[in-house]
Amino acid sequence: MEFSTFVFYAFATLLLSGGIGVILARNPVHAALFLVLAFFSGSGLWMLLEAEFLAISLVLVYVGAVMVLFLFVVMMLDINLDQLREGFWKYFPLGGLVALLMVGELVLSVMTPRFSHLGRNLPPAPEGYSNTRELGMQLYTTYVYPFELASVVLLVAIVAAIALTLRRRKGTKYQNPAQQIRVRREDRVRMVEMNAEKQDIAATGQGEPS
Amino acid sequence: MMNAIPNIAPALPEIILLALVSVVLVVDLFLDEAQRDLTYFLSQATVLLTVLALVSMPHSAPVYTFSNMFVDDTLGRTLKVLVLLTVSIIFAYTRAYSAQREMYKGEYFSLMLFATLGMMVLISANHFLTLYLGLELLALGQYALVALQRDSARSTEAAMKYFVLGALASGLLLYGMSMMYGATGALGLQQVATALSTGTVDHQVATIGLVFIVAGLAFKLGVVPFHMWIPDVYEGAPTSMTLFIGTAPKIAGVAFFIRLLGEGLAPLASDWQQMLIVLAVLSLALGNITAIAQTNIKRMLAYSTISHMGFVLLGILAASQQGYAAASFYIATYSLMGLGAFGMILLLSRAGFEAETIDDFKGLSKRSPWFAFVMLMVMISMAGIPPSVGFFAKLSVLRAALSAGYIWLVVFAVLLSLVGAFYYLRIVKVMYMDEPEDTHPIEGEFDMRVLLSLNGIAILALGVFPQPLLALLNHAVVQSLR
Repeated sequence: MEFSTFVFYAFATLLLSGGIGVILARNPVHAALFLVLAFFSGSGLWMLLEAEFLAISLVLVYVGAVMVLFLFVVMMLDINLDQLREGFWKYFPLGGLVALLMVGELVLSVMTPRFSHLGRNLPPAPEGYSNTRELGMQLYTTYVYPFELASVVLLVAIVAAIALTLRRRKGTKYQNPAQQIRVRREDRVRMVEMNAEKQDIAATGQGEPS
Repeated sequence: MMNAIPNIAPALPEIILLALVSVVLVVDLFLDEAQRDLTYFLSQATVLLTVLALVSMPHSAPVYTFSNMFVDDTLGRTLKVLVLLTVSIIFAYTRAYSAQREMYKGEYFSLMLFATLGMMVLISANHFLTLYLGLELLALGQYALVALQRDSARSTEAAMKYFVLGALASGLLLYGMSMMYGATGALGLQQVATALSTGTVDHQVATIGLVFIVAGLAFKLGVVPFHMWIPDVYEGAPTSMTLFIGTAPKIAGVAFFIRLLGEGLAPLASDWQQMLIVLAVLSLALGNITAIAQTNIKRMLAYSTISHMGFVLLGILAASQQGYAAASFYIATYSLMGLGAFGMILLLSRAGFEAETIDDFKGLSKRSPWFAFVMLMVMISMAGIPPSVGFFAKLSVLRAALSAGYIWLVVFAVLLSLVGAFYYLRIVKVMYMDEPEDTHPIEGEFDMRVLLSLNGIAILALGVFPQPLLALLNHAVVQSLR
């Protein structure tokens, strides 16, 4: 066995066990950490395919940003595990059967020699080839249209997320920095002209100073 | 290294739409609740300007641009104009309804316009990537729109089901596309077709991909056995959203089928025809039979949609230009009928009241003879009874299937449309023969009343003179597809 094949199987095993761990872990925090493991192994597989940029961005974006956010959310939420697991065994026979059937069909069709030639005999990369540079060139030339579309999809996601979560309650107290800066003395302090008054000590019932 | 700047002229309508949506999005931020009508008019102007841009483009042979990822052809232009006009009518129909239900917000308009942009991208796509991105743009807008009424548990549930199943369908579709890429080494529709027809591609690998692609497409269009989300989403979503989901995206969905199966995977036609036959038979049977048992009219229309999509598949599975033209004609008329049916539900609803059950239509002829007539037109058109356009739609689809040699399928479809006639005519019976339970006078803005009346008249007029639209779509298909 070549070394790269060994590395592939190692990462693939890690990836699959990470994925299974996500589903089986009782604790949501553990599940999220298993997902991190799965992402790491996935980026290892990409590194093996000489797709360095994708591998690095997977770690940076998913592990570094998305999963940390995910962990925060999971820790903030109060998830009732028993309620989530309710009915698991009731649906297990049917769900398991369907899953088995699908896996069986896929294995039967993928295990044929027809798939073995896919992805083999790739031409070697030329001297001084940079994956990142090449991706950048492609992204902004050949794939500029889907690239722009992807940005529109992200914009829609932002608009949708804000539309669904932003609530303007009546009577909430918040600070408006623009107004705070623009404030003038007259808004805050009112000068009142009045004559001095003499306090009637006996009427208010307070003791005399001795 | 030199790279030519792509020719952006063919995509001008999309660019105009995107630019104007962004304007609507920003302008709305500065408007008060009371000025929302300005957003409405801006949105209408956006849609109509895009239509103008589409119509005023010079006629030409299909133009490919953006490295062959975008195609501008007559079929695409025609379907885009249909989609945009539908969206414009939807805006007009839902204005009062949304305002009464605290959905009259800027996001309502911008999300709908973004979804429309997604439909246009989808219709013009010539590449797996753009097909997928257009679909996601459309779907993302729809998920959010269904959930827009945040305090309603029903719409939230509907949106959740829609989102989860839609994401699953996208996954299936992507998996199928990746298989196809593995088999052919190409993502552009023409390149895939060329690779498949030269015979160097392993047939089994391509077929596995095809199964997943068809399953994903079927999910999106909502045909049996991938229909589970349709009744729940139609019933749970606010009626304004049901109107949207049930009309314009269906046109884009048919374009999706024609582009992906009819263009890209045409060499595999004998394989996907088998799959579509199964889907069509199941949809026709389950849609028509289950609709009989419904008492909620939105749910009934949901099952009726499933059966109509079965009819559309009959046209597509003919795998001929005649078939694609028939399917396009069917979906154009279906969206007209859908607009009429859901428009009537919107008209009968008022602040604090949803006309959702069939009983709400009782005695409509006594409350408003004219709108009872409009509903009558919609119903007989959906049933496919002659003077209405629904008859010609069914006829052209059946003719296409017949000339492809599926006699038994045509007989089966005719028998089941007879079953379907029962529940459409039941609405007619309820409207004309029963006493009204709800004597509240029919409200509705002036523009909505006019448009809805025109909608009913159009169904009748197109039924008497179906030739122009039919010829237009025939011409478009002949011009655009090889």
